[in-house]
This record gives sequence, C-alpha cells and structure tokens, in this order.
Amino acid sequence: MDIATHLFSALYQFGDAFAFLVLSACGLAVIFGMMGVINLAHGEFIMCGAYVTAATVHAGLPLPLGILAGTLVSALVGVLVELAVIRHLYDRPLDTIVATWGLSLIATQGTLIMVGSTMAGVGTPFGSFQVGDYSYSIYRIVLFCSALGVLAALYALFNWTRFGVLARATIQVPHMAAALGVDTRLIYSLTFACGAGLAGLAGGLYAPTMTLVPTMGATFIMEAFVTVVIGGADVFLGTAPAGGLLAIVKSGMTSWQGQLFGQIGLLVAVIIVVRVLPKGISGFVLRERT
Amino acid sequence: MTGFLSLLRRLEGPQTVGRGRGFWGLFAVVLAVALAYPLFSDGYTVGNTVYFFVWVFIALSLCVIWGYGGSLSFGQTAFFGIAGYGYGVLTLNFGSAYGFTLVALVLAVGIAALFAVLLGYFMFFGRIAGVFLGIVTLAVTLMLERFMAQTAGPEWHIGSARLNGFNGMSAMPPLTIPWPGESIVLFADVGLYYFVLGLLVFVYLALRILMNSSFGNVIVAIRENPERAEMLGYDIRKYQLITFVIGAALAGVSGVLYTAWGQYITPSSMGMTAAALPLIWVAVGGRSDLTSTVVGTLVVLAAFQALTIYGSQYALVFMGVLLVLTVLIAPNGLVLGFMNWLGRLAARFTQRAG
Repeated sequence: MDIATHLFSALYQFGDAFAFLVLSACGLAVIFGMMGVINLAHGEFIMCGAYVTAATVHAGLPLPLGILAGTLVSALVGVLVELAVIRHLYDRPLDTIVATWGLSLIATQGTLIMVGSTMAGVGTPFGSFQVGDYSYSIYRIVLFCSALGVLAALYALFNWTRFGVLARATIQVPHMAAALGVDTRLIYSLTFACGAGLAGLAGGLYAPTMTLVPTMGATFIMEAFVTVVIGGADVFLGTAPAGGLLAIVKSGMTSWQGQLFGQIGLLVAVIIVVRVLPKGISGFVLRERT
Repeated sequence: MTGFLSLLRRLEGPQTVGRGRGFWGLFAVVLAVALAYPLFSDGYTVGNTVYFFVWVFIALSLCVIWGYGGSLSFGQTAFFGIAGYGYGVLTLNFGSAYGFTLVALVLAVGIAALFAVLLGYFMFFGRIAGVFLGIVTLAVTLMLERFMAQTAGPEWHIGSARLNGFNGMSAMPPLTIPWPGESIVLFADVGLYYFVLGLLVFVYLALRILMNSSFGNVIVAIRENPERAEMLGYDIRKYQLITFVIGAALAGVSGVLYTAWGQYITPSSMGMTAAALPLIWVAVGGRSDLTSTVVGTLVVLAAFQALTIYGSQYALVFMGVLLVLTVLIAPNGLVLGFMNWLGRLAARFTQRAG
C-alpha cells in the first residue's frame, strides 16, 4: 500500500458520501429553498422512485429508463400531493411538517400492506475495478458523476430557463410576481414536482445498491435533513458546499470508527454549525455579499 | 397560606380552557369515576388503562413545547427513551431495595432533562426556530435509535446492565414503594394505576397553574410573536430553554413509567413511528390546551387500540389520514374545537336563562 492507493481510497469514500448526501438532499433543498416547506415525506418519495425503478426493471426495461420512470412517477405523485395537501398550508409552515409526516406514515404503511415487507432488488451494474489491494464498484463512480450532473442541471434550470426565472421571481416577492401575471400556484406546483422528482431520481439511482423495504426512506432522510440544515435555503451556495463538508466528516469518521460514528459525526457537525451559522452556509455567504 | 391560595387561583386563566363550577364539577365526577374504576374492572383491563395514562405525560410534554411554546419538537421520544434506558440501567445495577426505584425514577428523569439542557442550549442559543428545530430534534431522535439498535454486543453494557441492541433491555424491577413491614410492589395493575393516576392529576393541575402564571403567559407571547416578546425585554432563549427542559422531563416521566409498566424498553420506542404517535394525539386533541390534549390522547389511543385488532398496519394508515385531515380541516384540534363549541353553547344557554 503506497500513498497513492490510500489517497484514492479516501477520495473514493469522499465521492461516495458526497453523492449520497447531495442526491438525497437536493429534492428536499429545492422544495425548502423555493417554498420554505419542509417535506417530511421526502424519504417516501425516494422509496417511491426506488420501487418504481425496480418494478419497471423487473418488467424488462433497461435500468436508465427504469430510473427515468421512477423519477417521473415520483414527480407526478408530488403534483398530486401538492394539489391535495401542501397547497392549503403555505401560510402555516409548521403544519406542513406535521401533514407531510402524516403522509409519510400513510405511504410507508400503505406500501407495506400493498407490496409486502420487501421487494426483489436490482443487481448493481458495471461490476468493479481493482486499485491496490481493494476493489471498487464502478457504479459508485457513476453515482458521483450523477450528483455533479444533477447540480449542473439544477443550475441550468434555475438560471437559464424561463421556468427558472419565474420560479426565482415567485420566491423573492410572490405577490409582485403574481401582479406581473405569473401563475404562482402553478410555479409552486411545478417546484414541488421538481423536488419530488429529484427524490425519485435519488431513489432510482440507489435502488440497485440497497434492499428495497417500505422504511428505506428513513435511511436517506437524516442525511438529507442534515445537509439541508447546514446548507440553508440555497441549493448551489448551500447544498453543494454542505455536501462537500459533511462528506469529509462522514467519510473520515466512517473509515476511522465505522458507519455509526460517521452518522454521529454528521449529527455533531450539524449541531455545531447551526450554533455558529443559524442560517446555514448559504445564509452566511449571502449575508457577506449584501 | 395566601401564597397557596393565589396558586390555586391560577388553576383557571386565559391559557387553559375550562372554568367555573361546571368545569370543576365535571372534573370531580371524572376523577371520582377514575378512582372507582378498578373496583368494577379486572386487573388486565386496569393494567391496560395504566398503559394509556403512561402516554399522557409525553403528550402533555409536546403540548407544552409545541402547543404553548410554539417550537415543534420531534425529540420527545428521544427523552422518553433516554429516561427509559436510564431507569433500566439504574435499577438493574442497584436493585429495588430501600425504595431505590423511586430514586431511579427521579434520576432517570433528571438525565433526560440534563440532555435537554445540553441540546436546547445549542438550539435556542443558536436561535434555531421553526422548521429547523423540528429537523434537528428529529435527527437527534433517529440517531439515538440507530445508536441503541447497534448495541447488541456484550461490550455494550453499563455496570451489569446489558443494552442488548435491537431487542432492548428487559427484566428491570417494577416501581416499589418502601413501607414498614413489606414494601409495596407496583405491578402493572391496580397499584400502579393509583400511582400513575395520582401523578397524572398532580402534573395536570401543576401545568394548569404554570401555564396561567406569568411564565405561561410569556411563553405564549413568544409563540405568538418572538420579536415582540424580545422587545418587551424577555430573554426568549432562556424561556424557550426552560420550556424545552420541562417538556423533556415530562417525556422522561412517560419513559420511566413505560419501562416500569412493561419491564422492557427497546430502541424502536425512539423510532419514526414512535415519534409520530404523540404528535398525532396532540394535534388531533388540540395542542394549545392541556385538557384537550389529555382527552384527545386517551380517545385516540383507545381508537388506535381498537383498530389494531384488525391489523396494526391499517391502524397506522388510519392514524396518518386522521393527522392529515386534522391539519387541513381543524388545525386547532378536534377536542378543542368541540370544547369551544360546548362553551359557546353553554354561554348562550346561560344568557337566555339570565
């Protein structure tokens, strides 16, 4: 074992943790950053994406199309949830937490009743490669690239498209946007669908790497929340650097003391960061700028 | 003496629903029925009722923190678990002689409160509020569950008490009251029933006094408008921290009583589902009133248990639907809405009579 292989191993673990944090958090971050709504059913949207992906792959579709199907179905469910529940609660942010928690309970137990306690998984594609004494999964590299791709796509969506401009206008001054003829309700619906779809995408991407159980959302939700809390309301100035910072903490603690201490490290990090920067990293950056 | 009387006057006030002879008459009748109840029932049913009562404390804790204080906390089950495990570790190590179980009760609740001081300091003095508070407390709760669930190995022990990972701890002694001659062991039937009922009535009345005191008025003022309360010269961080610690201690009482009732505690008592249930009871009952919370908790618990006969999965789906509908249709809670309606009806009736 020389320095290079050590370094590669550390980088690989960092990339893996970064991908997991960013992918599981960005859907939550979009919905929170744009609408101020914390979606506690976020984990269940991830679960939905994973289940649809697995089901379509079992039906014969190739994996990328399955992941696309999972993303779209989650986004569609997101639209329905927004119409039925979230829409009525925009002026009561604490109540959205409670209501989405109710939804998460319904989704978890409903899946348990309808699909059963577990679902047949999907094999991890691409195999692995060897560096030094250890072998690494190629799919993890794909996940890391996907995380970067999602961040880039979100940046493009919110900065270069008409929807992005309207969405940002709606977030800044809702009634002014409405006065200028923006259908703010539609924008909120689409933003929520976008967040739900991103959650579905995370579920689809991670479906080949984990066991599919109705409670699998809980695996993601803590990491997602921690990243969003540290990042603050902005996806690019917040979620991405928070993902980077937490990935260092998590991969470092994990390789030092094991998986559990990786998670405890995350929790301690969040409590300390929140004590120092109450509005998260993006709040800090934006305050410096203005 | 006058001090005591002025305390009693605080039993009624702007922060609690229910006043006058009608309300306290009803209270006396309900209390009398509750006291006589074991005479007409068998040990098993009474033990089951104790189980309901045990949960009322955690519901009251959420009512104080969320309903009165306005900070939504998902951490109540964490304090529940900490106190439950604390009681288990203490009694398994030191036994139940000389009334030590009661000391363990107090110590375990103290440990939960101390943990709340630590966590609350970082949160409230970091000025975390609103949705972030909910997320941080939820993350702490889930973390604690994961931590306790992996303590299966023999290296995880405190003194002679093994933590036993996902299976949890068991076989701790029930609460025991030292008595000249023979100490009274409170098994999960009539004995424990009167103990818990007494504690419940005490906590309920004490909280009514606290909420109608100046302290209660200040935390309600903070809920309504934190900036305004701060402008009026109150250190809101201190008030929020104290409220949080009181809530944590109440949740701890629930945890200890639960552990003593069933003589076991498992990590899943701190999981997502366990954390959701108190929220449902309090939201459905009426979070901004103590009486509504107590009534709502008992009613929803009884309904939940009745539904569980048909399968607990369906019961949980039903609870989720109930929660979503309550938030959408009756955000103040069903029981509180009903009591307010009853109050208006009574007012109209007395007006017409007068």
